Amino acid sequence: MSDASLHQASTAQPGEGGFGDFFALLKPRVMVLVVFTALVGLLAAPVALHPVEALAAILFIAAGGGAAGALNMWWESDIDALMRRTRRRPIPAGRVTRDEAFAFGITLAAFSVVMLWLATNALAAAILAFTIFFYVVIYTVGLKRWTPQNIVIGGAAGAFPPMIGWAAATGSVSIESVLMFALIFMWTPPHFWALALFMRGDYDQAGVPMLTVTHGRKSTRRHILVYTVLLAVMAVGAAFTGIGGPVYLIVALVFNALFLRDAVAIWRRDEDMAEADDYRVEKRAFRLSLWYLFAHFTAILAEAALAGLGLGGLGFGGWA
Amino acid sequence: MSFREEHELHKRRFGRNLGLGLVLAGFVALVFGLTIAKVSNEDFRVPTQQGEGS
Repeated sequence: MSDASLHQASTAQPGEGGFGDFFALLKPRVMVLVVFTALVGLLAAPVALHPVEALAAILFIAAGGGAAGALNMWWESDIDALMRRTRRRPIPAGRVTRDEAFAFGITLAAFSVVMLWLATNALAAAILAFTIFFYVVIYTVGLKRWTPQNIVIGGAAGAFPPMIGWAAATGSVSIESVLMFALIFMWTPPHFWALALFMRGDYDQAGVPMLTVTHGRKSTRRHILVYTVLLAVMAVGAAFTGIGGPVYLIVALVFNALFLRDAVAIWRRDEDMAEADDYRVEKRAFRLSLWYLFAHFTAILAEAALAGLGLGGLGFGGWA
Repeated sequence: MSFREEHELHKRRFGRNLGLGLVLAGFVALVFGLTIAKVSNEDFRVPTQQGEGS
């Protein structure tokens, strides 16, 4: 290729993606959630890792999560091009080719699993490998375009990171790490269905069988309420287990009351009301759901810190 | 002063190479740190022979 031909190209060519494009393939915003929940799982565990091992574990878990994101974008580039929310991603925008994304994702996936094994233990690496497999093969390739329950089952993939963090520290799976898994698992459906309600049109156009498309928006509103009630019962109940305590209980009561208030409001509204105020309540519930998860995991971390200082329980004997 | 203006493509390639270089340097530092952490671990210590030094 001559310099002249290079100068004629005014836009990015496939195969010439920048560093930022490959970083975008890792879904950095999702990675923040993965890193945070994995870190809480790791720090809340009763076994302390060496700080360098802990840092390595978090980085490799993040890399594994990013690899799953890249493979997801590789498979979904056709529907990403159809949706307003995703059409500027590196593959549909033409900055990275599908083959590049696949090679990048699969290499990073293998690398992150092997490195997590070397840095911590085989169980943590095995759960990370299963998480990547579950997200890419079970959710992305299998469920997403096939069943409206895609979000419910696929939510498990996003729920594994605290379990991986816990396993990295302890080398085991316990009731505490399963509870952290359950918290994210139950939180995912109302979180995504609230998004699906106000991102109307996107999923319809792409032919993704979201609940809003297959069962209608009224049914989706009912589903959000039911799942939020189940989530609230589980989240508040967790206060009386090993990961809970008084700080967690206060946080859980406040945030579940707020989330329930929004879920009831969403259930009572119809499309005319929602369109009239540009989905104000649905958008508020979506934003709140992000704070909800952050607050619960921060509270779990706070309880672990208090327990480390010998303040666990604070008079709530028998909780820990 | 350069003879010709650098093309956007070259800038992008340079950015990618620089980013990759920094990631690799960070990885080397991490593996070095991990090695130090692992060999400093009690489990890693080679047991001394019984009666040695007595």
